[in-house]
Amino acid sequence: MSVGTTVTSDQQLVRLLQIGVVLEEVVEARAAHHYRSLSDEEREQLDERIVDLLDHAAEESAEHRERLEGLIDALDAESVAFEEVETLVRGHYGQTKPEDFDGILYDQLHGEETAYKFYDDLITAIEESDAQFSVDRDRLLSVLRDIREEEKEGAQEVADIMEERE
Amino acid sequence: MNTADQYLKAIYLIQRAENGPAATGALADSLDVSPASANEMIGKLQDRELVDHEKYKGVSLTDEGIVRAREALQTYCIIERFLANVLEVEEFRAEAKELEAVIDETVAERLDTIIDREPQCPDCFDPEADVCALIDLEIEELAD
Repeated sequence: MSVGTTVTSDQQLVRLLQIGVVLEEVVEARAAHHYRSLSDEEREQLDERIVDLLDHAAEESAEHRERLEGLIDALDAESVAFEEVETLVRGHYGQTKPEDFDGILYDQLHGEETAYKFYDDLITAIEESDAQFSVDRDRLLSVLRDIREEEKEGAQEVADIMEERE
Repeated sequence: MNTADQYLKAIYLIQRAENGPAATGALADSLDVSPASANEMIGKLQDRELVDHEKYKGVSLTDEGIVRAREALQTYCIIERFLANVLEVEEFRAEAKELEAVIDETVAERLDTIIDREPQCPDCFDPEADVCALIDLEIEELAD
C-alpha cells in the first residue's frame, strides 16, 4: 500500500480523469432522472429556477466531460461511455432517488460539492508531483482549475436557491 | 482518503486477522513504510484518541478509531468495486491502492450510487484476497 497523495504516472492520471468523467456523467444523468421522475403536477409546482438549474447542471456536466475527454485523448487512452454510466444510474436510481424537491436540490448540491472536492484534491496531487505526463502540465492544470471554479459556482447557485426556499 | 485513515484501516485489518493488537512492524510492512514513520503516525493517532499503544504489544483502535477505520475500509471497497465492475480494470487491487490516497470519501459516496455493494460491507472484506469476498468478478480470471 502506498501512503501519499501525488499522481505519479500517466496511467494513474488517466484513471483519475476517467473518475472525473464518471462523476460528471452521474450528475448529468441524475439531473435528467430527477426531472423525469416528477409527475406533471409536480412539474407545474416546480420553481422555474429549479428546472433551469437541472437543465444547466446537465449541460455543464456534459461540457466538463468533453473537456476531460480531450485530456484523456491526449494521454492516448479511452474515456467512459456516457450510455454505460447512464444505464448504471438508471439501474440504481430507485434506491438512491431523492424523496422530494428539497432532496433533489440537496442531491445536486452534493454532486457539485463532490466534484469540486475531487478536482481540488486532483489539482493538489498534480501540483505536488514531479512526474512528467504525456499531456502538457499547464494545459492539464488550466482545464482542471476552470472546471473546479465552475463547480464552485454551481454549488453556490444551488445553495442560494436552497436558502431562499427555507 | 488521508494518511491517517489509511493507517486506521491497516490497523483494523491486522487486528481482525490477529485477533489482538497490531504489531508496529506488521503495520509498517502492510503500509510499506519505515517503522519510524509508523511510530510517528501512531503517536499522532494516539494524541487524537483513535488508537491505544501498548509497548511490546502493539496498537489497538479505540471505539472512535474503529468507526473511522470501518468507514475507510468501506471507501476502499467502493474504489475496488468501481474499478473492477464499472471501469473493468484488470489490476484493480493494485490501482485501488494507488488511488485511495487521492479519492475522498465524499467522492467514493458518489461512486457508490452506481455500484452494487452488499449491506454487510465492510465485514465481507477478505484481507488475504484484498477484495470483498462477495464481489462478482467477471474479470477475475484475467485479474489473477
